[in-house]
Amino acid sequence: MTEVLDYVSQSGDTVLSYLGEHIIMSIVPIGLALCFAIPLGWWAARRPVLTSVLLSMGGIAYSVPSIALFIVLPLVFGYQIISLTNIIVALTIYSTALLVRNVIDGLESVPDDVRLSATALGYGHLGRLLSVELPVAVPVIAAGLRVVTVTNVSMVSVGALIGKGGLGNLFMEGLRSDYMAPIIVGLVLSVLLALSLDGLLVMGQRWLTPWVRVRAGR
Amino acid sequence: MNDDNIVVGFVEYVGDPASWTGQDGLLWRILEHSVYTVLALAMAALIALPVGLLIGHTNRGSFLALNIANAGRALPTLGVLILVALATSIDIRPVMVALVLLGVPPILASTYAGIRNVDPDAVDAAVGMGMTGREILWRVEVPIALPLIISGLRAATLQIVSTATIAAIVALGGLGRPLLDSIATREYAQAMAAALLVAALAIAFDLVFAALTRVVVSPGVSGRRVARSRG
Amino acid sequence: MIEFRHVTKRFADGTVAVDDLSLVAPSHQITVLVGPSGCGKTTSLRMVNRMVDPSDGQILVDDEDIHALDAVRLRRGIGYVIQHAGLFPHKTVVDNIATVPKLLGWSRQQARQRALELIDQVGLEQQYAERYPAQLSGGQQQRVGVARALAADPPIMLMDEPFSAVDPVVRAQLQDEFLRLQRDLAKTIVFVTHDIDEAIKLGDNIVVLRVGGRLAQTDTPAGLLANPTDDFVAGFIGRDRGYRALSFVPGDDLRIQPLPDGVHVDTSYPYRRGGPLKAALDATLTAPGGRAVVVDERGTAVGVIDHQDVLAAVRRAETQRAETA
Repeated sequence: MTEVLDYVSQSGDTVLSYLGEHIIMSIVPIGLALCFAIPLGWWAARRPVLTSVLLSMGGIAYSVPSIALFIVLPLVFGYQIISLTNIIVALTIYSTALLVRNVIDGLESVPDDVRLSATALGYGHLGRLLSVELPVAVPVIAAGLRVVTVTNVSMVSVGALIGKGGLGNLFMEGLRSDYMAPIIVGLVLSVLLALSLDGLLVMGQRWLTPWVRVRAGR
Repeated sequence: MNDDNIVVGFVEYVGDPASWTGQDGLLWRILEHSVYTVLALAMAALIALPVGLLIGHTNRGSFLALNIANAGRALPTLGVLILVALATSIDIRPVMVALVLLGVPPILASTYAGIRNVDPDAVDAAVGMGMTGREILWRVEVPIALPLIISGLRAATLQIVSTATIAAIVALGGLGRPLLDSIATREYAQAMAAALLVAALAIAFDLVFAALTRVVVSPGVSGRRVARSRG
Repeated sequence: MIEFRHVTKRFADGTVAVDDLSLVAPSHQITVLVGPSGCGKTTSLRMVNRMVDPSDGQILVDDEDIHALDAVRLRRGIGYVIQHAGLFPHKTVVDNIATVPKLLGWSRQQARQRALELIDQVGLEQQYAERYPAQLSGGQQQRVGVARALAADPPIMLMDEPFSAVDPVVRAQLQDEFLRLQRDLAKTIVFVTHDIDEAIKLGDNIVVLRVGGRLAQTDTPAGLLANPTDDFVAGFIGRDRGYRALSFVPGDDLRIQPLPDGVHVDTSYPYRRGGPLKAALDATLTAPGGRAVVVDERGTAVGVIDHQDVLAAVRRAETQRAETA
């Protein structure tokens, strides 16, 4: 325990910068993934053929181990292997693959009569999506977001194998120096980060869907 | 890094039979990786399937099933591997243990969810017609839960293939070995080859499960979209 | 025969679902348990095959206390049909129906043969044999549910609102076919419903239960309509019970007038000679001019009746009842 505290006081700055990088590499892919997954999901919802094509593609993307993506994608897209961009692009692909399924499930879970009344009231397609369908689909999408976020936080560490791993770099340091302290610091911070982001998402979900709370409270 | 160099290097490397054969050759690594995966999956399934079936059928201990999967996801696999290796020894056995433990949460969670999602009316009818608990589990609940159970096995396999790759950092062989070694020496052409092979292996395992699903799951459960009749 | 002796069921949270219930469901007859939500009818039904065990009292089947029997073996000898059929989605229609025979150790051949016979008996076409439940409509699924319960030819059938989940047209069909089946099979049936009209149509004996699981009245349908014991039962039966009771008064006493010569009589609303007085009254009320044609078993017109004739018959039936009471 004292070892750990020593380490923290010594290398506090490095740890913090790793943490900062880690946060960026975890969160940016999710924002990007939402930007892709929502339009894709909306397009594919209720269109079974499109849905199964998208899900198969997503399934393949998700099957590939992250480390493989970290090597192959830069050479396909032309950016540096050892870069934040690399991790972010790879994790965006993963996150989109996972989220598309949730967006489709969420949108398909909106009851037909709700959609029909929205149209009857005079909403156009986009308006109906934003004001009616997405809000109702939030719980399903949020569940997927939580899984994706926690998974991302874990996967960012793998980037340490190519030199860009946020808190994962601490694991590599510990391995190289046969020293436990950085590993423990890395693990603890990583789990705390995952739990905090998860907690934020839960709060965000509750804030976005007050009607769920009211129903449960009766 | 010149892209052309890498492509040329890649073609050279892949075209050279020496890369594939021999004790450190790619073919051997593929085999190694597959064996580790299958072993770890089998052991994870041996632990997680009975527990998941039991918790799902009796509905006791659901707290465990639900939270163990979430807990598993929050742990960074690289950190766990290195921790385990340093704490015990940089040896293959603790690493295999870590692989097995990482495979358990997806199987447990999906098996539990599969059994819980079985139509309660079907279970009620099964009890009412005089099936014993065991008969209900094996003749009704498991066949209906099969899609989810298999998806759990699939997810675990992905997790294991992926983790086995990076476990090369703590002495595991398999395709991670050439991958990480060539990253360290900046021979990116070779890294490409190893990376593509890992991807192909993962996809191959996934296709096996897809085929398994089609063969083993009843069409009545997988949801054939046939028009409903009237009357 | 199924007998309840002072059966009570108290649940862990304190609710009393069934309160000191004693009744007899005679063999080879349909006994209907009917009442509003919370009257314990489903709980009582589920105590017969020990899906629920009573807190107090005894339940006897053919004079044997079922508590002493092995629950699993008991259930294999009782057919059980529930509201949404509870068919096994992973098995074909044939395999669903063959479930209990296979549990009892019949050969695959025998079980399958029996299942195919039952598909016919419940009014389904053979083409549905290899389909899956998801491909069937609600009414078809219910028929399969009934067939599945009949497969091992159990002497007793328990049916929990089996026809409630389908639309009224399909429900009427299913009820008619059910009555036809029972004429052939003569099983001891306990049937639960919340619909008093269904109870009156199907039941040989009706048991009316109150909220809280207490017995209100047991009687035949005719008896129930004629003499409800109290306001609750009368209210539950409904206001037009006098009219509905006429469906139990035979019409052999009706004075039929001869067919008028030369005048064309509308045969669209016929009354079958000998049918209940309610049918006669319906016919005269719907036929134009208040005159309905009376037809025989083959559909040939044999005479006419009008409102007066029917009401006269009603009055005679009343007097007769008053004299014999």
